[in-house]
Amino acid sequence: MDKFDLVLSGVERAEYALRSLYLKYGFSQYKMSKFEEYDLYAQNKDFLVSENVITFNDTDGKLLALKPDVTLSIIKNGKDDLLGVQKVFYNENVYRVSKGTHSFKELMQVGLECIGDIDEYEIVEVLSLAVKSLKTLSGEFVLDISHLELVNALLEKSGLSENGKAKVFNYLSEKNAQAVKMVCESENVQKEFADYLNTLVTVYGKPSKVLSALEKIKVSGVTECVEQLKRIISALSSLNVDQNVNIDFSVVSDTNYYNGIVFKGFLSGIPTSILSGGQYDKLMKKMKKKSKAIGFAVYLDELETIYETDKNYDVDLAIEYANGVDALKLNKFIEEQIKSGLSVITGKNISDKIRYAKLIKFDGEDK
Amino acid sequence: MKKILNVALPKGRLGEKVYAMFEEAGFPCPSIKENNRKLIFENEEAGVRYFWVKPSDVAIYVERGAADIGVAGKDILLEYRPDVYELLDLEMGKCSMAVASKSDFIDDRKRTLKVATKFTNIAKDYYAKQGRDIDIIHLNGSIEIAPILGLSDVIVDIVETGATLKENNLVVVEKFLPISARLIANKANFKFKSEAIEKIMLSLNESKEKKDD
Repeated sequence: MDKFDLVLSGVERAEYALRSLYLKYGFSQYKMSKFEEYDLYAQNKDFLVSENVITFNDTDGKLLALKPDVTLSIIKNGKDDLLGVQKVFYNENVYRVSKGTHSFKELMQVGLECIGDIDEYEIVEVLSLAVKSLKTLSGEFVLDISHLELVNALLEKSGLSENGKAKVFNYLSEKNAQAVKMVCESENVQKEFADYLNTLVTVYGKPSKVLSALEKIKVSGVTECVEQLKRIISALSSLNVDQNVNIDFSVVSDTNYYNGIVFKGFLSGIPTSILSGGQYDKLMKKMKKKSKAIGFAVYLDELETIYETDKNYDVDLAIEYANGVDALKLNKFIEEQIKSGLSVITGKNISDKIRYAKLIKFDGEDK
Repeated sequence: MKKILNVALPKGRLGEKVYAMFEEAGFPCPSIKENNRKLIFENEEAGVRYFWVKPSDVAIYVERGAADIGVAGKDILLEYRPDVYELLDLEMGKCSMAVASKSDFIDDRKRTLKVATKFTNIAKDYYAKQGRDIDIIHLNGSIEIAPILGLSDVIVDIVETGATLKENNLVVVEKFLPISARLIANKANFKFKSEAIEKIMLSLNESKEKKDD
Protein backbone atom coordinates (compact mmCIF):
# COMPACT_ATOMS: atom_id res chain seq x y z
CA MET A 1 0.00 0.00 0.00
CA ASP A 2 1.13 3.51 -0.77
CA LYS A 3 2.37 5.16 2.39
CA PHE A 4 0.41 8.30 1.60
CA ASP A 5 -2.82 6.40 1.25
CA LEU A 6 -3.88 7.36 4.76
CA VAL A 7 -3.26 11.03 4.15
CA LEU A 8 -4.94 11.37 0.78
CA SER A 9 -8.65 11.83 0.47
CA GLY A 10 -10.54 9.84 -2.15
CA VAL A 11 -10.70 12.86 -4.44
CA GLU A 12 -6.96 13.52 -4.15
CA ARG A 13 -6.21 9.89 -4.95
CA ALA A 14 -8.44 10.17 -8.01
CA GLU A 15 -6.56 13.28 -9.08
CA TYR A 16 -3.20 11.51 -8.91
CA ALA A 17 -4.50 8.37 -10.56
CA LEU A 18 -5.78 10.37 -13.52
CA ARG A 19 -2.56 12.32 -13.84
CA SER A 20 -0.48 9.17 -13.87
CA LEU A 21 -2.82 7.65 -16.46
CA TYR A 22 -2.37 10.60 -18.82
CA LEU A 23 1.40 10.65 -18.30
CA LYS A 24 1.56 7.03 -19.46
CA TYR A 25 -0.02 7.99 -22.77
CA GLY A 26 2.53 10.67 -23.47
CA PHE A 27 0.57 13.68 -22.29
CA SER A 28 2.67 16.26 -20.52
CA GLN A 29 1.41 18.41 -17.72
CA TYR A 30 0.49 21.94 -18.61
CA LYS A 31 0.94 24.20 -15.62
CA MET A 32 -0.40 27.70 -15.80
CA SER A 33 -0.97 30.77 -13.78
CA LYS A 34 -4.23 31.25 -11.96
CA PHE A 35 -4.89 34.48 -13.84
CA GLU A 36 -5.51 35.26 -17.44
CA GLU A 37 -6.29 38.48 -19.30
CA TYR A 38 -10.01 39.12 -19.15
CA ASP A 39 -10.16 39.83 -22.90
CA LEU A 40 -9.77 36.15 -23.67
CA TYR A 41 -13.05 35.33 -21.92
CA ALA A 42 -14.89 38.41 -23.13
CA GLN A 43 -14.26 37.27 -26.71
CA ASN A 44 -15.40 33.71 -26.11
CA LYS A 45 -18.19 34.19 -23.61
CA ASP A 46 -20.45 31.51 -25.00
CA PHE A 47 -17.78 28.86 -24.68
CA LEU A 48 -17.79 29.30 -20.92
CA VAL A 49 -20.22 27.34 -18.80
CA SER A 50 -21.28 30.58 -17.13
CA GLU A 51 -20.58 34.11 -18.29
CA ASN A 52 -19.58 35.42 -14.89
CA VAL A 53 -15.88 35.74 -14.27
CA ILE A 54 -14.03 37.07 -11.23
CA THR A 55 -12.02 40.05 -12.44
CA PHE A 56 -9.51 42.39 -10.85
CA ASN A 57 -6.95 44.99 -11.91
CA ASP A 58 -3.27 44.13 -12.05
CA THR A 59 -0.79 46.67 -10.65
CA ASP A 60 -0.46 48.20 -14.12
CA GLY A 61 -4.20 48.55 -14.50
CA LYS A 62 -4.67 45.62 -16.85
CA LEU A 63 -7.92 43.75 -16.29
CA LEU A 64 -7.27 40.16 -15.25
CA ALA A 65 -9.56 37.27 -14.46
CA LEU A 66 -9.37 34.23 -12.25
CA LYS A 67 -9.51 31.38 -14.74
CA PRO A 68 -13.05 30.10 -15.32
CA ASP A 69 -11.75 27.66 -17.92
CA VAL A 70 -8.50 25.99 -18.87
CA THR A 71 -9.02 25.03 -22.52
CA LEU A 72 -9.04 28.61 -23.80
CA SER A 73 -5.68 29.33 -22.14
CA ILE A 74 -4.14 26.18 -23.58
CA ILE A 75 -5.28 27.07 -27.09
CA LYS A 76 -4.14 30.66 -26.75
CA ASN A 77 -0.68 29.77 -25.52
CA GLY A 78 -0.19 26.59 -27.52
CA LYS A 79 1.64 26.24 -30.82
CA ASP A 80 -0.45 26.11 -33.96
CA ASP A 81 1.04 22.81 -35.02
CA LEU A 82 -0.32 21.59 -38.34
CA LEU A 83 1.89 18.54 -38.68
CA GLY A 84 2.36 17.11 -35.24
CA VAL A 85 0.02 16.71 -32.30
CA GLN A 86 0.51 18.50 -29.02
CA LYS A 87 -0.74 16.42 -26.10
CA VAL A 88 -1.19 18.08 -22.74
CA PHE A 89 -3.09 17.47 -19.53
CA TYR A 90 -3.85 19.82 -16.69
CA ASN A 91 -4.97 19.71 -13.09
CA GLU A 92 -6.19 23.14 -12.13
CA ASN A 93 -8.74 25.01 -10.11
CA VAL A 94 -11.27 27.02 -12.06
CA TYR A 95 -13.66 29.65 -10.75
CA ARG A 96 -17.23 29.58 -11.90
CA VAL A 97 -20.70 30.48 -10.82
CA SER A 98 -22.42 27.31 -9.80
CA LYS A 99 -25.86 26.78 -11.21
CA GLY A 100 -28.63 27.39 -8.72
CA THR A 101 -26.65 29.13 -6.01
CA HIS A 102 -25.53 32.16 -8.05
CA SER A 103 -22.28 32.36 -6.15
CA PHE A 104 -18.70 31.69 -7.25
CA LYS A 105 -17.17 28.33 -6.55
CA GLU A 106 -13.68 26.96 -6.83
CA LEU A 107 -13.76 23.70 -8.79
CA MET A 108 -10.99 21.19 -9.31
CA GLN A 109 -10.65 20.04 -12.89
CA VAL A 110 -8.43 17.45 -14.49
CA GLY A 111 -8.44 17.21 -18.23
CA LEU A 112 -6.52 16.73 -21.40
CA GLU A 113 -6.28 18.28 -24.84
CA CYS A 114 -4.92 17.01 -28.16
CA ILE A 115 -4.15 19.87 -30.51
CA GLY A 116 -2.74 19.62 -34.02
CA ASP A 117 -3.30 17.28 -36.92
CA ILE A 118 -6.14 15.29 -35.33
CA ASP A 119 -7.36 12.19 -37.11
CA GLU A 120 -9.39 9.18 -36.12
CA TYR A 121 -6.50 7.67 -34.21
CA GLU A 122 -6.48 10.61 -31.77
CA ILE A 123 -10.25 10.56 -31.46
CA VAL A 124 -10.16 6.90 -30.47
CA GLU A 125 -7.28 7.48 -28.06
CA VAL A 126 -9.06 10.36 -26.33
CA LEU A 127 -12.29 8.35 -26.10
CA SER A 128 -10.47 5.35 -24.68
CA LEU A 129 -8.76 7.62 -22.14
CA ALA A 130 -12.16 9.01 -21.21
CA VAL A 131 -13.37 5.47 -20.57
CA LYS A 132 -10.24 4.64 -18.59
CA SER A 133 -10.61 7.84 -16.56
CA LEU A 134 -14.17 6.92 -15.61
CA LYS A 135 -13.10 3.38 -14.79
CA THR A 136 -10.40 4.78 -12.50
CA LEU A 137 -12.95 6.84 -10.61
CA SER A 138 -15.67 4.27 -10.10
CA GLY A 139 -16.71 0.82 -11.19
CA GLU A 140 -20.12 1.84 -12.43
CA PHE A 141 -19.96 4.36 -15.24
CA VAL A 142 -21.36 5.22 -18.65
CA LEU A 143 -19.77 7.16 -21.49
CA ASP A 144 -22.31 8.65 -23.90
CA ILE A 145 -21.03 9.49 -27.37
CA SER A 146 -22.80 11.71 -29.87
CA HIS A 147 -21.91 13.05 -33.29
CA LEU A 148 -22.76 16.73 -33.83
CA GLU A 149 -22.02 16.64 -37.54
CA LEU A 150 -24.51 13.83 -37.95
CA VAL A 151 -27.18 15.80 -36.07
CA ASN A 152 -26.41 18.94 -38.04
CA ALA A 153 -26.43 17.16 -41.40
CA LEU A 154 -29.86 15.74 -40.68
CA LEU A 155 -31.23 19.07 -39.43
CA GLU A 156 -29.83 20.82 -42.51
CA LYS A 157 -31.53 18.39 -44.90
CA SER A 158 -34.82 18.31 -43.01
CA GLY A 159 -35.92 21.67 -44.34
CA LEU A 160 -36.54 23.14 -40.90
CA SER A 161 -36.26 26.90 -40.37
CA GLU A 162 -33.31 28.21 -38.33
CA ASN A 163 -35.63 28.67 -35.39
CA GLY A 164 -37.02 25.16 -35.84
CA LYS A 165 -33.54 23.66 -35.99
CA ALA A 166 -32.56 25.38 -32.77
CA LYS A 167 -35.72 24.11 -31.10
CA VAL A 168 -35.20 20.52 -32.25
CA PHE A 169 -31.58 20.68 -31.14
CA ASN A 170 -32.71 21.73 -27.70
CA TYR A 171 -35.47 19.11 -27.48
CA LEU A 172 -32.92 16.50 -28.47
CA SER A 173 -30.98 17.31 -25.31
CA GLU A 174 -34.20 16.80 -23.30
CA LYS A 175 -35.11 13.52 -25.05
CA ASN A 176 -38.41 15.25 -25.69
CA ALA A 177 -39.71 13.18 -28.60
CA GLN A 178 -43.19 14.66 -28.52
CA ALA A 179 -41.93 18.21 -28.82
CA VAL A 180 -39.69 17.27 -31.78
CA LYS A 181 -42.71 15.73 -33.47
CA MET A 182 -44.72 18.90 -32.88
CA VAL A 183 -42.03 21.14 -34.37
CA CYS A 184 -41.86 18.87 -37.44
CA GLU A 185 -45.64 18.99 -37.82
CA SER A 186 -45.82 22.75 -37.46
CA GLU A 187 -43.12 23.24 -40.08
CA ASN A 188 -44.47 20.59 -42.45
CA VAL A 189 -41.31 18.51 -42.42
CA GLN A 190 -41.51 15.52 -44.78
CA LYS A 191 -42.58 12.37 -42.99
CA GLU A 192 -39.34 10.64 -43.90
CA PHE A 193 -37.26 13.30 -42.14
CA ALA A 194 -39.64 13.59 -39.18
CA ASP A 195 -39.13 9.85 -38.70
CA TYR A 196 -35.36 10.21 -38.91
CA LEU A 197 -35.40 12.96 -36.31
CA ASN A 198 -37.60 10.79 -34.13
CA THR A 199 -34.95 8.07 -34.41
CA LEU A 200 -32.29 10.46 -33.11
CA VAL A 201 -34.38 11.35 -30.04
CA THR A 202 -35.65 7.91 -29.17
CA VAL A 203 -32.77 5.58 -29.99
CA TYR A 204 -29.91 5.44 -27.50
CA GLY A 205 -27.85 2.92 -25.61
CA LYS A 206 -25.72 0.05 -26.88
CA PRO A 207 -23.84 1.10 -30.04
CA SER A 208 -24.85 -2.02 -31.99
CA LYS A 209 -28.54 -1.25 -31.48
CA VAL A 210 -28.19 2.47 -32.23
CA LEU A 211 -25.97 1.97 -35.26
CA SER A 212 -28.36 -0.45 -36.88
CA ALA A 213 -31.17 2.08 -36.40
CA LEU A 214 -28.98 4.85 -37.83
CA GLU A 215 -28.14 2.80 -40.91
CA LYS A 216 -31.72 3.26 -42.06
CA ILE A 217 -31.15 7.00 -42.36
CA LYS A 218 -30.12 7.30 -45.98
CA VAL A 219 -29.15 10.94 -46.13
CA SER A 220 -25.89 12.20 -47.55
CA GLY A 221 -23.76 13.68 -44.82
CA VAL A 222 -25.39 11.43 -42.24
CA THR A 223 -24.22 8.15 -43.78
CA GLU A 224 -20.58 9.26 -43.62
CA CYS A 225 -20.93 10.11 -39.93
CA VAL A 226 -22.58 6.76 -39.19
CA GLU A 227 -19.64 5.04 -40.94
CA GLN A 228 -17.21 7.03 -38.80
CA LEU A 229 -19.11 6.13 -35.62
CA LYS A 230 -18.93 2.50 -36.66
CA ARG A 231 -15.16 2.63 -37.16
CA ILE A 232 -14.69 4.39 -33.82
CA ILE A 233 -16.88 1.94 -31.90
CA SER A 234 -15.13 -1.04 -33.46
CA ALA A 235 -11.74 0.46 -32.55
CA LEU A 236 -12.90 0.95 -28.96
CA SER A 237 -14.15 -2.60 -28.89
CA SER A 238 -10.83 -3.96 -30.13
CA LEU A 239 -9.15 -2.00 -27.33
CA ASN A 240 -11.64 -3.61 -24.98
CA VAL A 241 -12.96 -0.30 -23.66
CA ASP A 242 -16.42 -0.39 -25.19
CA GLN A 243 -18.40 -2.15 -22.44
CA ASN A 244 -20.01 0.92 -20.92
CA VAL A 245 -20.01 3.09 -24.02
CA ASN A 246 -23.38 4.24 -25.36
CA ILE A 247 -24.43 6.31 -28.31
CA ASP A 248 -26.84 9.01 -27.18
CA PHE A 249 -27.76 12.10 -29.17
CA SER A 250 -29.01 13.92 -26.08
CA VAL A 251 -25.36 14.85 -25.57
CA VAL A 252 -25.25 18.18 -27.34
CA SER A 253 -22.69 20.94 -27.07
CA ASP A 254 -22.61 24.45 -28.42
CA THR A 255 -22.25 24.05 -32.19
CA ASN A 256 -20.44 27.36 -32.45
CA TYR A 257 -17.45 25.72 -30.83
CA TYR A 258 -17.82 21.97 -31.08
CA ASN A 259 -18.06 19.73 -34.12
CA GLY A 260 -17.91 16.02 -34.78
CA ILE A 261 -17.63 13.66 -31.85
CA VAL A 262 -18.79 14.95 -28.45
CA PHE A 263 -19.21 12.92 -25.29
CA LYS A 264 -20.21 12.96 -21.65
CA GLY A 265 -19.33 10.60 -18.82
CA PHE A 266 -21.49 9.65 -15.85
CA LEU A 267 -20.81 7.80 -12.61
CA SER A 268 -23.53 5.99 -10.73
CA GLY A 269 -24.50 8.07 -7.69
CA ILE A 270 -23.57 11.46 -9.14
CA PRO A 271 -26.56 13.39 -10.52
CA THR A 272 -24.70 15.30 -13.24
CA SER A 273 -22.16 14.43 -15.89
CA ILE A 274 -18.67 14.29 -14.45
CA LEU A 275 -16.71 14.17 -17.69
CA SER A 276 -17.37 16.25 -20.74
CA GLY A 277 -15.52 16.74 -23.99
CA GLY A 278 -15.37 16.59 -27.74
CA GLN A 279 -13.82 17.92 -30.91
CA TYR A 280 -13.65 21.72 -30.95
CA ASP A 281 -12.21 22.64 -34.34
CA LYS A 282 -14.64 25.54 -34.58
CA LEU A 283 -13.30 27.12 -31.42
CA MET A 284 -9.78 26.78 -32.84
CA LYS A 285 -10.91 28.57 -35.96
CA LYS A 286 -12.48 31.34 -33.93
CA MET A 287 -9.18 31.79 -32.14
CA LYS A 288 -7.42 32.06 -35.50
CA LYS A 289 -5.69 28.69 -35.24
CA LYS A 290 -5.49 26.36 -38.17
CA SER A 291 -5.05 23.09 -36.33
CA LYS A 292 -7.79 20.81 -35.01
CA ALA A 293 -8.41 19.76 -31.45
CA ILE A 294 -10.14 17.28 -29.16
CA GLY A 295 -10.15 17.03 -25.39
CA PHE A 296 -12.13 16.50 -22.24
CA ALA A 297 -12.35 17.64 -18.64
CA VAL A 298 -13.21 15.70 -15.50
CA TYR A 299 -14.91 17.62 -12.69
CA LEU A 300 -13.65 16.27 -9.43
CA ASP A 301 -15.70 18.25 -6.93
CA GLU A 302 -18.76 16.03 -7.32
CA LEU A 303 -16.74 12.94 -6.50
CA GLU A 304 -16.91 13.67 -2.79
CA THR A 305 -20.49 12.44 -2.78
CA ILE A 306 -19.60 8.90 -3.81
CA TYR A 307 -16.32 8.52 -1.95
CA GLU A 308 -17.44 7.75 1.56
CA THR A 309 -15.18 8.80 4.36
CA ASP A 310 -13.46 5.59 5.33
CA LYS A 311 -13.08 6.53 8.99
CA ASN A 312 -15.68 7.84 11.36
CA TYR A 313 -13.08 9.28 13.72
CA ASP A 314 -10.29 11.84 13.32
CA VAL A 315 -7.62 10.20 15.44
CA ASP A 316 -6.90 6.62 16.48
CA LEU A 317 -5.80 7.21 20.03
CA ALA A 318 -6.54 9.95 22.56
CA ILE A 319 -4.26 10.04 25.61
CA GLU A 320 -5.42 11.91 28.67
CA TYR A 321 -2.67 12.43 31.22
CA ALA A 322 -2.87 13.37 34.88
CA ASN A 323 -1.27 16.42 36.44
CA GLY A 324 2.37 15.93 37.37
CA VAL A 325 3.19 12.91 35.20
CA ASP A 326 6.77 12.52 34.03
CA ALA A 327 6.92 14.45 30.73
CA LEU A 328 9.77 12.30 29.41
CA LYS A 329 7.86 9.08 30.03
CA LEU A 330 4.76 10.54 28.42
CA ASN A 331 6.68 11.64 25.33
CA LYS A 332 8.31 8.25 24.99
CA PHE A 333 4.96 6.53 25.32
CA ILE A 334 3.45 8.74 22.60
CA GLU A 335 6.38 8.11 20.26
CA GLU A 336 5.91 4.36 20.68
CA GLN A 337 2.24 4.61 19.76
CA ILE A 338 2.97 6.70 16.66
CA LYS A 339 5.69 4.28 15.58
CA SER A 340 3.18 1.44 15.81
CA GLY A 341 1.17 3.26 13.15
CA LEU A 342 -1.46 5.05 15.20
CA SER A 343 -2.36 8.72 15.08
CA VAL A 344 -2.34 10.23 18.56
CA ILE A 345 -3.67 13.30 20.31
CA THR A 346 -2.63 14.09 23.85
CA GLY A 347 -3.88 16.48 26.49
CA LYS A 348 -4.93 16.86 30.09
CA ASN A 349 -8.49 17.11 28.98
CA ILE A 350 -9.58 15.59 25.71
CA SER A 351 -12.43 17.68 24.39
CA ASP A 352 -15.58 15.75 23.57
CA LYS A 353 -15.51 17.43 20.17
CA ILE A 354 -12.55 15.25 19.19
CA ARG A 355 -13.60 11.99 17.57
CA TYR A 356 -11.23 9.20 18.57
CA ALA A 357 -11.26 5.44 18.23
CA LYS A 358 -9.86 4.80 21.70
CA LEU A 359 -9.19 6.84 24.81
CA ILE A 360 -6.61 5.91 27.43
CA LYS A 361 -5.57 7.63 30.65
CA PHE A 362 -1.83 7.96 31.18
CA ASP A 363 -0.75 8.15 34.79
CA GLY A 364 2.97 7.58 34.39
CA GLU A 365 2.89 3.80 34.71
CA ASP A 366 3.88 1.74 31.69
CA LYS A 367 0.97 -0.07 30.14
CA MET B 1 -29.00 -6.23 -5.56
CA LYS B 2 -31.94 -4.82 -7.42
CA LYS B 3 -31.73 -1.11 -7.99
CA ILE B 4 -34.53 0.87 -6.39
CA LEU B 5 -36.19 3.41 -8.63
CA ASN B 6 -36.86 6.68 -6.79
CA VAL B 7 -39.98 8.49 -7.93
CA ALA B 8 -40.96 12.00 -6.83
CA LEU B 9 -44.69 12.53 -7.03
CA PRO B 10 -46.43 15.87 -6.70
CA LYS B 11 -48.61 16.02 -3.58
CA GLY B 12 -52.28 16.31 -4.34
CA ARG B 13 -54.91 15.02 -6.75
CA LEU B 14 -52.63 14.94 -9.77
CA GLY B 15 -50.03 12.94 -7.85
CA GLU B 16 -52.62 10.36 -6.85
CA LYS B 17 -53.73 9.93 -10.46
CA VAL B 18 -50.12 9.61 -11.55
CA TYR B 19 -49.48 6.97 -8.90
CA ALA B 20 -52.41 4.95 -10.26
CA MET B 21 -50.71 5.00 -13.67
CA PHE B 22 -47.42 3.84 -12.19
CA GLU B 23 -49.21 1.06 -10.36
CA GLU B 24 -50.72 -0.09 -13.61
CA ALA B 25 -47.26 0.05 -15.17
CA GLY B 26 -46.11 -2.67 -12.78
CA PHE B 27 -44.66 -0.56 -9.98
CA PRO B 28 -47.21 -0.90 -7.19
CA CYS B 29 -46.65 0.18 -3.61
CA PRO B 30 -49.82 -0.65 -1.64
CA SER B 31 -48.65 1.09 1.53
CA ILE B 32 -49.05 4.43 -0.22
CA LYS B 33 -52.82 4.12 0.00
CA GLU B 34 -52.82 3.90 3.78
CA ASN B 35 -54.11 7.13 5.11
CA ASN B 36 -51.26 8.52 7.13
CA ARG B 37 -48.76 11.34 7.19
CA LYS B 38 -45.82 9.40 5.90
CA LEU B 39 -44.10 10.89 2.86
CA ILE B 40 -41.91 8.00 1.71
CA PHE B 41 -43.21 4.60 0.61
CA GLU B 42 -41.12 1.72 -0.56
CA ASN B 43 -41.84 -1.59 -2.22
CA GLU B 44 -38.59 -3.45 -2.34
CA GLU B 45 -40.07 -6.31 -4.33
CA ALA B 46 -41.22 -4.06 -7.15
CA GLY B 47 -37.97 -2.09 -6.83
CA VAL B 48 -39.60 1.27 -6.34
CA ARG B 49 -39.73 4.05 -3.77
CA TYR B 50 -42.26 6.86 -3.99
CA PHE B 51 -42.21 10.14 -2.14
CA TRP B 52 -44.65 13.01 -2.00
CA VAL B 53 -43.13 16.44 -2.45
CA LYS B 54 -44.47 19.91 -3.11
CA PRO B 55 -45.31 20.01 -6.86
CA SER B 56 -42.94 22.89 -7.51
CA ASP B 57 -40.10 20.95 -5.84
CA VAL B 58 -40.34 17.80 -7.98
CA ALA B 59 -37.95 19.21 -10.59
CA ILE B 60 -35.36 20.01 -7.89
CA TYR B 61 -35.45 16.45 -6.51
CA VAL B 62 -35.01 15.07 -10.01
CA GLU B 63 -32.33 17.52 -11.17
CA ARG B 64 -30.27 16.84 -8.06
CA GLY B 65 -30.70 13.10 -8.43
CA ALA B 66 -32.54 12.43 -5.15
CA ALA B 67 -35.32 11.19 -7.41
CA ASP B 68 -34.58 9.30 -10.62
CA ILE B 69 -37.84 10.32 -12.21
CA GLY B 70 -40.79 12.50 -11.29
CA VAL B 71 -43.86 14.21 -12.59
CA ALA B 72 -43.81 17.99 -12.90
CA GLY B 73 -45.94 20.60 -14.62
CA LYS B 74 -44.62 22.20 -17.80
CA ASP B 75 -44.99 25.57 -16.01
CA ILE B 76 -42.37 24.56 -13.45
CA LEU B 77 -40.04 23.23 -16.17
CA LEU B 78 -40.27 26.48 -18.14
CA GLU B 79 -39.88 28.65 -15.07
CA TYR B 80 -36.88 26.94 -13.46
CA ARG B 81 -35.33 25.28 -16.56
CA PRO B 82 -33.95 22.29 -14.69
CA ASP B 83 -31.37 20.25 -16.60
CA VAL B 84 -33.46 17.08 -16.91
CA TYR B 85 -34.88 14.80 -19.57
CA GLU B 86 -38.48 15.52 -20.46
CA LEU B 87 -39.59 12.07 -21.50
CA LEU B 88 -43.33 12.19 -21.86
CA ASP B 89 -46.30 14.51 -21.91
CA LEU B 90 -48.79 12.74 -19.64
CA GLU B 91 -51.60 14.99 -20.87
CA MET B 92 -52.90 15.26 -17.34
CA GLY B 93 -53.46 18.32 -15.17
CA LYS B 94 -54.06 20.34 -18.31
CA CYS B 95 -54.33 24.11 -17.94
CA SER B 96 -52.88 27.26 -19.51
CA MET B 97 -50.53 30.05 -18.67
CA ALA B 98 -52.48 33.24 -19.22
CA VAL B 99 -52.44 36.99 -18.91
CA ALA B 100 -55.42 38.37 -16.97
CA SER B 101 -56.51 41.84 -15.99
CA LYS B 102 -59.46 43.71 -14.53
CA SER B 103 -62.32 43.65 -17.02
CA ASP B 104 -62.12 47.40 -17.57
CA PHE B 105 -58.35 47.54 -18.03
CA ILE B 106 -57.17 49.13 -21.25
CA ASP B 107 -53.56 48.50 -22.18
CA ASP B 108 -51.71 51.72 -22.99
CA ARG B 109 -48.66 50.56 -24.91
CA LYS B 110 -46.86 53.83 -24.24
CA ARG B 111 -46.55 52.93 -20.58
CA THR B 112 -44.45 50.31 -18.82
CA LEU B 113 -46.72 47.40 -18.00
CA LYS B 114 -46.78 46.26 -14.37
CA VAL B 115 -46.99 42.48 -14.22
CA ALA B 116 -47.55 40.47 -11.05
CA THR B 117 -46.73 36.77 -11.21
CA LYS B 118 -45.31 33.70 -9.54
CA PHE B 119 -43.69 32.80 -12.87
CA THR B 120 -41.15 35.57 -13.33
CA ASN B 121 -39.12 33.91 -16.08
CA ILE B 122 -42.12 32.82 -18.13
CA ALA B 123 -43.63 36.31 -17.92
CA LYS B 124 -40.33 37.99 -18.83
CA ASP B 125 -39.94 35.66 -21.79
CA TYR B 126 -43.45 36.26 -23.03
CA TYR B 127 -43.14 40.05 -22.96
CA ALA B 128 -39.56 40.09 -24.25
CA LYS B 129 -40.79 38.33 -27.40
CA GLN B 130 -43.18 41.24 -27.93
CA GLY B 131 -40.50 43.78 -27.14
CA ARG B 132 -42.64 45.10 -24.32
CA ASP B 133 -41.12 46.99 -21.42
CA ILE B 134 -42.46 45.57 -18.18
CA ASP B 135 -42.07 45.94 -14.45
CA ILE B 136 -42.15 42.48 -12.87
CA ILE B 137 -43.59 42.03 -9.40
CA HIS B 138 -42.86 38.61 -7.97
CA LEU B 139 -45.59 37.27 -5.69
CA ASN B 140 -45.92 33.88 -4.04
CA GLY B 141 -49.70 33.55 -3.89
CA SER B 142 -53.07 35.29 -4.15
CA ILE B 143 -51.88 36.78 -7.41
CA GLU B 144 -55.48 37.64 -8.35
CA ILE B 145 -55.75 40.54 -5.94
CA ALA B 146 -52.74 42.40 -7.37
CA PRO B 147 -54.68 44.21 -10.15
CA ILE B 148 -57.64 44.85 -7.87
CA LEU B 149 -55.48 46.67 -5.37
CA GLY B 150 -53.59 48.53 -8.07
CA LEU B 151 -50.34 46.67 -7.35
CA SER B 152 -50.12 45.63 -11.00
CA ASP B 153 -51.87 46.17 -14.34
CA VAL B 154 -52.04 42.50 -15.25
CA ILE B 155 -51.15 39.11 -13.83
CA VAL B 156 -49.51 36.11 -15.48
CA ASP B 157 -50.79 32.95 -13.89
CA ILE B 158 -52.12 29.45 -14.44
CA VAL B 159 -55.75 29.27 -15.49
CA GLU B 160 -57.68 26.03 -15.34
CA THR B 161 -61.39 26.81 -15.44
CA GLY B 162 -61.17 30.54 -14.89
CA ALA B 163 -63.49 30.39 -11.88
CA THR B 164 -61.07 32.08 -9.49
CA LEU B 165 -60.51 34.88 -11.96
CA LYS B 166 -64.21 35.42 -12.45
CA GLU B 167 -64.87 35.55 -8.73
CA ASN B 168 -62.26 38.28 -8.45
CA ASN B 169 -63.67 40.22 -11.35
CA LEU B 170 -60.74 39.48 -13.66
CA VAL B 171 -60.81 38.40 -17.30
CA VAL B 172 -58.36 36.41 -19.40
CA VAL B 173 -56.58 38.66 -21.89
CA GLU B 174 -54.67 35.86 -23.58
CA LYS B 175 -53.91 32.22 -22.97
CA PHE B 176 -50.42 31.87 -24.37
CA LEU B 177 -49.04 28.55 -23.21
CA PRO B 178 -50.69 25.16 -22.78
CA ILE B 179 -49.52 23.39 -19.62
CA SER B 180 -49.66 19.72 -18.70
CA ALA B 181 -47.86 17.22 -16.49
CA ARG B 182 -44.59 15.79 -17.83
CA LEU B 183 -42.56 12.74 -16.91
CA ILE B 184 -39.03 13.94 -16.20
CA ALA B 185 -35.82 12.07 -15.43
CA ASN B 186 -32.41 12.87 -14.01
CA LYS B 187 -29.94 12.80 -16.89
CA ALA B 188 -27.27 10.81 -15.08
CA ASN B 189 -29.49 8.37 -13.21
CA PHE B 190 -31.33 7.64 -16.45
CA LYS B 191 -28.19 5.92 -17.75
CA PHE B 192 -28.06 3.51 -14.87
CA LYS B 193 -31.76 2.74 -14.56
CA SER B 194 -32.86 3.08 -18.16
CA GLU B 195 -34.51 -0.33 -18.25
CA ALA B 196 -36.99 0.42 -15.47
CA ILE B 197 -37.59 3.95 -16.72
CA GLU B 198 -38.24 2.74 -20.27
CA LYS B 199 -40.70 0.19 -18.95
CA ILE B 200 -42.61 2.92 -17.13
CA MET B 201 -42.50 5.21 -20.15
CA LEU B 202 -43.89 2.54 -22.42
CA SER B 203 -46.68 1.62 -20.08
CA LEU B 204 -47.62 5.25 -19.36
CA ASN B 205 -47.72 5.86 -23.08
CA GLU B 206 -50.03 2.91 -23.60
CA SER B 207 -52.47 3.91 -20.90
CA LYS B 208 -52.43 7.44 -22.32
CA GLU B 209 -53.36 6.13 -25.76
CA LYS B 210 -56.08 3.96 -24.26
CA LYS B 211 -57.56 7.10 -22.74
CA ASP B 212 -57.45 8.84 -26.11
CA ASP B 213 -59.44 6.11 -27.85
